[in-house]
Amino acid sequence: MREEEFDAIVVGAGPGGVAAALTMARGGLNVVLFERGERPGVKNVMGGVMYGRMLAEVLPEFWKSAPMERVIVDERLWLTAPESVVTMGHKHVPHALEPPNAFTVLRVPFDAWFAAQAEAAGVLLIPGTTVEDVIRENGRVVGVRTGRQDGDLRANLVVIADGVNSFLVGRAGLSRSLQPNEVALVVKEIIALPAAAIEERFALDAGTGATIEVYGTVTQGMSGYGFIYTNRESLSVGIGALLSQFMTTRITPSDLLEGFKAHPMVAALLRGGEMREYLAHAIPEGGFRAMPRLFDDGVMVVGDAAMMVNNLHREGSNLAMAAGRMAGETAIQAKRAGDWSARALSRYQELLEASFVLQDMRKYERLPELVERRPDLLQLYPQLLSEAIEEMLTVDGASKREKQRRILRRLLDRRRWWLVLRDAYEGWRAIR
Amino acid sequence: MKVEEKLYTLRWKHDKQSHIAITDQRICLNTCGAAWRRPCTTFCPAAVYTWDGEKIVASFENCVECTSCLLGCPYRNIDWKLPRGGFGIEWQSG
Repeated sequence: MREEEFDAIVVGAGPGGVAAALTMARGGLNVVLFERGERPGVKNVMGGVMYGRMLAEVLPEFWKSAPMERVIVDERLWLTAPESVVTMGHKHVPHALEPPNAFTVLRVPFDAWFAAQAEAAGVLLIPGTTVEDVIRENGRVVGVRTGRQDGDLRANLVVIADGVNSFLVGRAGLSRSLQPNEVALVVKEIIALPAAAIEERFALDAGTGATIEVYGTVTQGMSGYGFIYTNRESLSVGIGALLSQFMTTRITPSDLLEGFKAHPMVAALLRGGEMREYLAHAIPEGGFRAMPRLFDDGVMVVGDAAMMVNNLHREGSNLAMAAGRMAGETAIQAKRAGDWSARALSRYQELLEASFVLQDMRKYERLPELVERRPDLLQLYPQLLSEAIEEMLTVDGASKREKQRRILRRLLDRRRWWLVLRDAYEGWRAIR
Repeated sequence: MKVEEKLYTLRWKHDKQSHIAITDQRICLNTCGAAWRRPCTTFCPAAVYTWDGEKIVASFENCVECTSCLLGCPYRNIDWKLPRGGFGIEWQSG
């Protein structure tokens, strides 16, 4: 095999691609990083929570320079009915944990910063360039074709990190095309508020933040959830559902978000805020069963392009960064051995299998199917729970035993007992 | 707030050529109209797709590159390509 000028081409300067590029550059590899945006970040969207541990494993002491919005100390779960909400949560005093466990980011500044760290480590960043295809010879990926004139570039390795609905994963023969029930469509708004107002409304110390995940009637019968995340001087407020359900319900994403913002408990948090940006993006939701093959001769796939999203725990960018690092470490060994074949790159799969990335993906492999088939679970039970709590809290002279009877009757009026048991079993089986 | 107003908050670098094409308008007119009522006209978060009574009009300048229409067209009748390098949506916050 002929030696190429570049060891590796990485496509896409998001968390996965940059983590891979940075790891390889530090290991002494010659790396090119393509980004289709005019600069890294401008094409990228997520809800907004990032996790420190996986970033620190790529970039120790990142917290000294990373553009973090707020360090999360308060994580809440809301189950909504039309005019009420059941709340749960966990809050802790701010601590000097390093790295911070979770923090909010805005992806445009964050990704620009992250890519700059890769450049400082020697990665050649080429922005404003769309990679349109992989070049294959004898079944092996040997480079990429960009949209530029004479835009072919060869390398020993191509790392595909071009995000959800990856064109390149298909071009490299690693996967079938996705189905509309395997992605969610999420819309979000950045709503500006003064830092003091955010800290007062969410009862936060300066610099600390809160997250709220919102399930229940706000998704209007579709499988999905809303979220409210605190940034320094804004809130990230969004909601999403499976694309397949947007197609059949004909609810528009923008109307869904307007309905969410109008929920009385949500509206109270947004009051007086100014909408700065409206965003939309697809999120991979297919889970383990919809993942592509993760490597082949001369190629590896990381992040959203590889379906690496753990929805139940709203994790994604951390899986991408961990996978990027593992792809990078695999490449360093491949370079040492002078072997870029699938056999050598299978080490990437082994590293993923031994880590939380594939272990968590496997753990929840049944969940996407249940979520899609039973959107009603996230409507009926939050509603019932809300009614049950309201019943117990309403002091109307009825005895507590009588109230328990009323609650049980309400449940069984709407769903037979064996179906309730089956729902509970199905739910448990999908997340155990 | 209407989606058209929301789009005013956004910035693009517009290409002269469209990155979106409808492969076969007859599918939109007949097959999809009858079976699906053209879901692209409702699920697209940036209202790129409208029905003018005869055909689907794709206002590519509004596209925010969420990629939903790649999968959301029941007939895979939307030929959506990545915009040329440097063109298209430029998020301010992300």
